[in-house]
Amino acid sequence: MIDQRSQAIEIEALDKWYGHFQVLRNIDLNVTQGERIVVCGPSGSGKSTLIRCVNRLEEHQRGSIRVNGIVLNDSVKNLDAIRREVGMVFQHFNLFPHLTVKENCALPQILSRQKKRADAEALAMHFLEKVRIPEQADKYPGQLSGGQQQRVAIARALCMTPKIMLFDEPTSALDPEMVKEVLDTMVALAEEGMTMIVVTHEMGFARKVADRVVFMEAGEIVEANDPETFFNAPDSARTRNFLSNIMH
Amino acid sequence: MSTLNMDAVGALPNPSLPPRRTRKSFVQLLFGDLVSACLTVAVGALLLSMVPVLNWAVFDAIWTTNDPAACSQGGACWAFIVAKFRFIIFGTYPPDEQWRPLLVMGIILAMILGSLSPRLWGARLIYLWVFAVVVMLVLMAGGVFGLEPVSTSKWGGLPITLLLALLSLGLGFPFAIFLALGRRSNLPIARMLSVLTIELVRGLPLVGLLFVASILLPLLLPAGWSIDKLGRTLAALTIFAAAYLAEVIRGGLQGVPSGQVEAAKALGIPGWKAVAHIVLPQALQKVIPPLTNTAIVMVKNTSLVLIVGVFDMLSASRVAATDPMWPAPFVESYVFVALIYFVICFGISHYARWLESRVQARSYR
Ligand SMILES: Nc1ncnc2c1ncn2[C@@H]1O[C@H](COP(=O)(O)OP(=O)(O)OP(=O)(O)O)[C@@H](O)[C@H]1O
Ligand SMILES: [Mg+2]
Repeated sequence: MIDQRSQAIEIEALDKWYGHFQVLRNIDLNVTQGERIVVCGPSGSGKSTLIRCVNRLEEHQRGSIRVNGIVLNDSVKNLDAIRREVGMVFQHFNLFPHLTVKENCALPQILSRQKKRADAEALAMHFLEKVRIPEQADKYPGQLSGGQQQRVAIARALCMTPKIMLFDEPTSALDPEMVKEVLDTMVALAEEGMTMIVVTHEMGFARKVADRVVFMEAGEIVEANDPETFFNAPDSARTRNFLSNIMH
Repeated sequence: MSTLNMDAVGALPNPSLPPRRTRKSFVQLLFGDLVSACLTVAVGALLLSMVPVLNWAVFDAIWTTNDPAACSQGGACWAFIVAKFRFIIFGTYPPDEQWRPLLVMGIILAMILGSLSPRLWGARLIYLWVFAVVVMLVLMAGGVFGLEPVSTSKWGGLPITLLLALLSLGLGFPFAIFLALGRRSNLPIARMLSVLTIELVRGLPLVGLLFVASILLPLLLPAGWSIDKLGRTLAALTIFAAAYLAEVIRGGLQGVPSGQVEAAKALGIPGWKAVAHIVLPQALQKVIPPLTNTAIVMVKNTSLVLIVGVFDMLSASRVAATDPMWPAPFVESYVFVALIYFVICFGISHYARWLESRVQARSYR
């Protein structure tokens, strides 16, 4: 029991198909509280699908997922509880373009937590300060740079006070000069002890922050190791091959 | 031309300034190339051909007279409009009570002006509108607060046009949202009902729908039930507006990327709240131009109610023109009514343009 509590995410024998195409094959992955996992792998290997299964943006067909001890099944109550625990940041930000930055952060709290507007806005400003863009609060997302938008998206997710954060290639839609500001924000978050699963090809970030690096290929987890081993002496030949491809 | 350009390039006075715009002369603008020249000549010819119209409408026109016979000179008889103004505007509404429809129009104008700014949109404004509509209907119908009862068969003119347009769009809009959402829903029954309603209504001409509502509906209703003619007409206009608006809104819904719904889900926003606060506002913003178009068409469609005997502004003007005292000034009547329609529709389209520019301003860097 105590052991279970320390687990943030437990994924067991997970299988998922799109039609007849199997995207995820027998995935086992446990993430303990405060652990930072970086997931990498070639395009189409199922990285996004895997983390999207955790908060049921995609439904899995076999196996089990538990988040902070809550079983992810057809129960709406459980799903709501899990989505309370889990925040998500998307590759393309997915900010609400018709709302100002501040409203983007405040409205979800009002709609899903029944918070008072004043409280919601105060928390919104708190996290906007944390991602260092409080001065943009009254602008619309379309008026910000990509890096700023992604930081707003992180602030918006943090406003829901999640215990776990999922990142799906948060920097790959950004111009190179904006990658750093977003990664810095994520590093700061990691230093505060947030449990994180980050799909990314930023290997510098993985080395610096990750407790474990997971390599996926063709819907399978090929290797999961601490960054030291992963980058310097990977177990699998496939990992080695992948690494040599992305690190010129 | 070309030497001017050469100079501008050759001198390069200050590279940090944008190059000076070379301005074309007036003659160059009108006759600079073949297409412009042809267009200029064509427009000129058109303007010349308008001279007789201008003579009729302005120079030969009779503006004021108490003697209808004075109007048989060949010029426009605006005196007729002046004389029949109250009838065209208020129809057969009892003259002593015409302050009531006048007040109703005042309320409509005030409410519309008060609702223009999107900053004020919200639940409270909707309650205010519901209240305003009740007040307006009470004012028109009377029978309470010492107001003399006036049956709907006596209502007429511009207030009827405005009320029909406003109510059919106002009631049709929420209905259209349900139809549009229903058409995209995963529930087969909801989808089928929406598709059926939309396709059925769109497949019928409005005239047919008005006939169905005014003649067939009373026969279909169980004995003892009745809805008055104005109510039936309004029902037909509403469902017609709803079907067309629904298709416009559906187009907007399709344009909202799936990432928006995913973000809302990931944030734990309940489904229907996500639709109301995240998806719908974006969908509607995307379809402001076609929504405007539908609104304008519906305003003008209200004039069709005259074929089922509802006495709108167009009917009133036609009846006015048949007065044997006057030399059948139909054209003047129609021009006058057209002018009122134009003012309304132009206002709507101008407002929509302003709304759109607001939306666009938000996406500028
Ligand atoms: N909705 C869908 N329907 C059918 N196939 C899908 C769907 N979504 C993803 N796929 C397929 O599933 C596979 C895994 O997709 P996924 O997005 O998880 O890959 P990924 O590892 O995140 O790749 P990338 O690095 O390009 O983001 C891909 O082959 C993709 O074509
Ligand atoms: Mg992906």
